Amino acid sequence: MNPHPLLTELSGIFPAERLLTQPAQLKAYESDALTAFKALAAGIVIPQSREEVIAAVRLCHQHSVPFVARGSGTSLSGGSLPIADGIVIALNRMNRILRLDPDERIAVVEPGVINLAVSQAAAPFGLYYAPDPSSQAICTIGGNVAFNSGGAHCLKYGMTSNHVLGMTVVLPDGEVVEMGGESLEGVGPDVGGFFVGSEGLFGVAVEITLRLLPIPQLYRTVLAAYDSLQAAGDAVSAVVASGLLPGAMEIMDKLAIKAAEVGAKAGYPQDAAALLIVELEGESVAVEAEFAHLLQIMDGTGATEVRIAQNADERARIWKGRKSAFSAVGRLAPDYIVQDGVVPRSKLGEALAEIGKLSRKYAIEVANVFHAGDGNLHPLILFDGREAGALEKAEELAGEILELCIALGGSITGEHGVGVEKRAYLPRMFGPAEMAQMHAMRRSVDGRELGNRGKMLMVEGAG
Amino acid sequence: MTSDLTASTFHPSTASEIQEIVRSTPHLHVRGGGSKPALSTPSADSLLLDLSRLNGLVEYEPAEFTFTAQAGTPVADVQALLAKEGQYMPFDPPLAEAGATLGGVVAAGTSGAGRVRYGGVRDFLIGTRFVDGRGELLRGGGKVVKNAAGFDYPKLFVGSLGQLGVLTEVTFKVFPEPPAYATLAIDCADLPAALGHVRSLNRSKFDINGLDFAPSETGWTVWVRLGGLAAALDERMNTLHQQTGGGAVLAGEADASFWQNANRFDWLAADAALVKVPVTPGRVAGLEAGLSSASSRRYSVGGNLLWLGWERPVAELDALLAGHGLSGLLLRGSADSPWLGKRPGGAFLARVKAALDPEKKLGSL
Repeated sequence: MNPHPLLTELSGIFPAERLLTQPAQLKAYESDALTAFKALAAGIVIPQSREEVIAAVRLCHQHSVPFVARGSGTSLSGGSLPIADGIVIALNRMNRILRLDPDERIAVVEPGVINLAVSQAAAPFGLYYAPDPSSQAICTIGGNVAFNSGGAHCLKYGMTSNHVLGMTVVLPDGEVVEMGGESLEGVGPDVGGFFVGSEGLFGVAVEITLRLLPIPQLYRTVLAAYDSLQAAGDAVSAVVASGLLPGAMEIMDKLAIKAAEVGAKAGYPQDAAALLIVELEGESVAVEAEFAHLLQIMDGTGATEVRIAQNADERARIWKGRKSAFSAVGRLAPDYIVQDGVVPRSKLGEALAEIGKLSRKYAIEVANVFHAGDGNLHPLILFDGREAGALEKAEELAGEILELCIALGGSITGEHGVGVEKRAYLPRMFGPAEMAQMHAMRRSVDGRELGNRGKMLMVEGAG
Repeated sequence: MTSDLTASTFHPSTASEIQEIVRSTPHLHVRGGGSKPALSTPSADSLLLDLSRLNGLVEYEPAEFTFTAQAGTPVADVQALLAKEGQYMPFDPPLAEAGATLGGVVAAGTSGAGRVRYGGVRDFLIGTRFVDGRGELLRGGGKVVKNAAGFDYPKLFVGSLGQLGVLTEVTFKVFPEPPAYATLAIDCADLPAALGHVRSLNRSKFDINGLDFAPSETGWTVWVRLGGLAAALDERMNTLHQQTGGGAVLAGEADASFWQNANRFDWLAADAALVKVPVTPGRVAGLEAGLSSASSRRYSVGGNLLWLGWERPVAELDALLAGHGLSGLLLRGSADSPWLGKRPGGAFLARVKAALDPEKKLGSL
């Protein structure tokens, strides 16, 4: 594949400062947050308009060169990793909020808009954009759409897919289609819902209509320390069985707690084997009544310490450690793999016990941070890449954890997506007939398999 | 159009029977409970696949807040089971009493007034099993509430009217049911006053479980439903009363039957066509200008959904909706196609259809 004629044609559309081909420039884009994987594109284009995106995709199609659309490159599954000798369509300059209508409760945005920027723009109207991945100060809506990003607060109101009402999409052959609209309801197959989470395989969303919600009137947050993971897990079961619907429920294990202290000075109880954060959100009077109920339930769960946030500052401090856990863990070891498996919530205890066993078997430390309310685990596998074979051993352990999630009836990914990282495991979670259908679907939408080639699905035959 | 060719109606009881039928039949139409007759009426050359025998719960772990059931399972049966555990389907499927099935609710994409709180059927469907147009039995999604693996086939099937595949099994996420509810009925002199209330309520801090409005004796009436712990409900209703200028309060049985009646569409004139029209609050006034000849209607989900009772020829509504750039789904009444106004379509849908039903056995989508 010789991308040079393509680069020549692209230079007819993009000025030199928005068509990067120098090795040093390409190197800056060679990886995303899954740093173990690197690849050099043939060229990076930086469009400023949807017309430029459409033109770039059409040219890639004409020349049969694969492309990846990229936001801020925060993907933890290698979703925005360049394709070797392919094109990267970098969308950070398409960062305008085109329309914000507080009465219709929608925001229409370009794909390069930062997730948090939507809530910031909506705040003066008493509204916010609910999906809150931990990287939300950096990640873009376009990336959130491609990977159906979640976050700690998706227990109650869902993930990106539940907040996207409509999109304008350019398909991988350059055809432009509209999906959905501005209403919460629809008629006809939910093609927009099908597009969200398709990991760039179905094309590039150039305009996205998001739904906004009223900012919760009150948050009530409690942090509880336990002397075992089991006890923390049982507390979650008790909360769930009581009929309460928290906005978030998070657990961190001993190693993650230590990391949060070393990395973010979170001030968590250092002697705890597990920490549970439960947060209620909503209409004040309702939340205060529910919170009283919650504290009664937690009273019976054997917590060794309970801290109740009395104001916004204390709430922020409780969340600080959890939100920086991934990067904080980076202080405990030179390298780590962060995973994203899901098990049925009632199997969490079993899954954690198994992960503990695997950790001992491999003599590799694993810190656990997870969305206890929905069974979404984030084991952080620590290793030193300078040690011969350490990465391979860590990946083997990661693979066993994925197999465990499948065996327990869960999923190989709750929110980070398959990307490059878990391609080999998708056929373990789905059978040959399902894989054949997904490949057929992909080829029907994108006959030349150019849209983010190599992500989610292995490309048959090609490298 | 025929409504029941007994000689050409199949009643499969297993997924493999469905596979066999799909493989050997050129044109098929799927029916669940027949609660939405405009959707379950096949054309002359189509065989009818009646899924009422595909009935039964497959899995339900109350502690997991998910359940799996065969597609032909009546919604009412599942509601009763969930209620025993203090759980419910937040997307509030309508027509349960008329025999709506889970598969039919997904295929029609019909959610009720309660969906204003947490989301519609598309937000709660997490897994499916289906037979595609090639006769393959496939699994889409999964059984856990967080799942980003593979393409999201469950969402695709919502609103697909059985034309992308025949659902055999569905898995839903459920929530704890609010222990108590109360409704405030706000009588308004005209539509602008009603819309003023709806706009401010949509942006308010109230956690709202129902926000409907319709023409009434006084002009227009807005109904606001709050749900949650009984201990907090009185105070919340008082605040709501104060902030909106008040009205009558429905509680307990009166509240329950009011919203049940809404889901039965009992406000609909006897022989009117029933049409679902997705809309937005800002478009209501413009649409209303063209609806003076419609007999009965009810706006729901804070102005995002219109249920319309249409007594004139459906073709006129088709043109009206198209002129407004809106879509409609005919649930009761007769027309050549249940899709009205702006039709689903486009290049993406065509490519999706080609991958799932290349021979167009399941419909001409």
